[in-house]
Amino acid sequence: MAASAIAASPKVELRDVSLRYFGLEGETEALKGISISIAPGEFVAIIGQSGCGKSTLLSLISGILMPTDGAVLVDGKPVTGPSRKVGYMLQQDYLFEWRTILENTLLGAEIQGADMAKARERASGLLTRYGLGQFLHHLPRQLSGGMRQRVALARTLCTEPDIVLLDEPFAALDSQTRLALADEITVILRREKKTAILVTHDIGEAVSMAERVIVLSRRPGRVKSDHAIRFATADGARPNPLAARNASEFNGYFNTLWQELEVHVEG
Amino acid sequence: MSKVESMAVAAPSPQYLAWLQRQRRGHLFVRATQVAILVVFLVLWEVLPKALIVNPVLTSYPSALWPTFVSLLKSTPQQPSILVHTWATVLATVLGFTGAMMLGIAVAAALWWSNTLYKVLDPYLVVANAMPKTAFVPIFYIWLGATMSIYGMSLAISVFITILMIYSGFQGIDPNKIKLAQTFGATKGQILRKVVLPGSVPTLVAALKVNAGLSLVGVVVGEFQSANLGLGYLIQYGSQIFKMNIVMTGITILAIVSSLMYLAISWLEAAVMRRR
Repeated sequence: MAASAIAASPKVELRDVSLRYFGLEGETEALKGISISIAPGEFVAIIGQSGCGKSTLLSLISGILMPTDGAVLVDGKPVTGPSRKVGYMLQQDYLFEWRTILENTLLGAEIQGADMAKARERASGLLTRYGLGQFLHHLPRQLSGGMRQRVALARTLCTEPDIVLLDEPFAALDSQTRLALADEITVILRREKKTAILVTHDIGEAVSMAERVIVLSRRPGRVKSDHAIRFATADGARPNPLAARNASEFNGYFNTLWQELEVHVEG
Repeated sequence: MSKVESMAVAAPSPQYLAWLQRQRRGHLFVRATQVAILVVFLVLWEVLPKALIVNPVLTSYPSALWPTFVSLLKSTPQQPSILVHTWATVLATVLGFTGAMMLGIAVAAALWWSNTLYKVLDPYLVVANAMPKTAFVPIFYIWLGATMSIYGMSLAISVFITILMIYSGFQGIDPNKIKLAQTFGATKGQILRKVVLPGSVPTLVAALKVNAGLSLVGVVVGEFQSANLGLGYLIQYGSQIFKMNIVMTGITILAIVSSLMYLAISWLEAAVMRRR
C-alpha cells in the first residue's frame, strides 16, 4: 500500500495554473488553467507553437516566476522560489566567456554555497564523461557549439537536481549536432533517472526523446492533449532517440501531433 | 562530434609564409607612417619659425625645448623643478580617475540595483554630465582650496560620464545570463558579483580610457586657476611672462604623460581581453 502511494505521488504537479503578464498597455494571458502531473523519472515533452507559453511553464516550475492563479508543487510542496531539486537548461549555453569550462560548470555550486572541493570533483567527473576531460581549463570560445551545450548540461547536473527542465536546448545547434546531442542527453538523463521536462516546437525531437507529449494550444496556453509515446521493442526497453526515429510507430505519432499543431494555424 | 577548431599544420605552406609577410609589412607600414607624421610635424615646427615664416616668439621651436627643460630641472627659490610640477599633475590625474572609477562603479551598481533610483536620477546625471565643469573652477577654488580644488575638478569632469558608461554596460549584460544565475537561486548581490561585474570588464576598460583623459584635462584646467604647482600652473606662468619656451615644454610633457597613460591602459586592456 505505502509503496504504491509513493509511486503514485507526482514529482511535479501543476494545479489549475494561470499566468498573466502585466504591462502598462494591459495584461497578457500567457497560460490558462493548466493542470499537469508528472511522475518521478518520467520524461515529458511539451510542444506548442512559439508564443504559447511553453518557456513560461518551465519558469513557473523552476520558481523564477510565480503563477497568478493556481499552484505549482514539487514533491508535493508548493514552489516558492528557485529550488536545488530543479535544474534548468536554457535555449543557449550562456557560458560565461570570462570563466573556464570547469569554472562555468561550478557556477551553480558556487551560488548555492556548496562544498566546493566535492563540487569540483563532481564537475570534472561529469565533463570527463561527456568527452570534455582535456578542455577543463579552456575558455568557452575555444569550443564548438555541441561541446558548449554539453558543458551547459554538466553545469545543470553538477548541482544534482532530481528534475531537469530543458528549454529547447538544441535550438542553437546545427541539425547533425542536434540529433547526436539529443541522443546523448536523453541517454544521460535516463541513466541518472532524472525527471525531465523538455519544451520544444520540434515534433520529431519530442516523439523521439520523451515517453509522453503534451500539446499546448495557442496563447493563452492550455493543455490541448496528452499523448503516451510507446515503442514496441524486443527487450521492452525504451529505444534511444536515434533508434526511435526509425521505429515504425514514429511516423504515426509524428502525424497525429503534426495535425494537432496544424489546427492552431487555422484556428 | 566536432573537435576544437585549430589544427596546426606540420610544415607551413608557401602561401601561409607569404601571408605572414604581408601581415608584417602592413604592420610595419602603419608604424612607419605614424613615425613619419611625428617627424614631419617636428621638422615643420623647427623650420617654419627659423625661416621666419611664422613668428618664433609665438611658437618657439623643438630644439629650444631641451635646453629649457634642462634649465627647468633645477629648482630655484621661486620655482620648484619641472619634475615636481609633472609629479603633481600626474598624481592629481591618477587620484582623479581612480576616484571616478570607484565612484562610477559604486553609483552604477546602485542604479542597477534600484530601477527607481535610476529613474529618479537619470535626468540629473545627464544634465550634470553636459554641464561645462570648467566653469566651476573658480567656485571649487573658493570651496575646496588650492590643492583639493584640483582633485575635485579632476573628479568632477570625469565622474558623470563614467557613471553613465558603466551603467549602460551593466544594462547591456545578456538578461539570459542573469536568468541562468537565477535558476541556481542567485541573490541580487550574487548576480552583481558573479555576472554583472565580471561581464562588464570591457566596459570598465573603455570607461577608464575616457575618464583618464578627461581627468588630465580637469587637472590642467584646475591648475591654470588655482595652483602654484603642476604643469597647468607652469604653462600659465610661462604665458604670463611671455616665455613660449616654458609653455611649449609644459605642453610637450603633457603630451608625453598622456602617451604613457595610453600605453598603460592599452597594456591593461590587452591583459584583460586575453581571457575573452
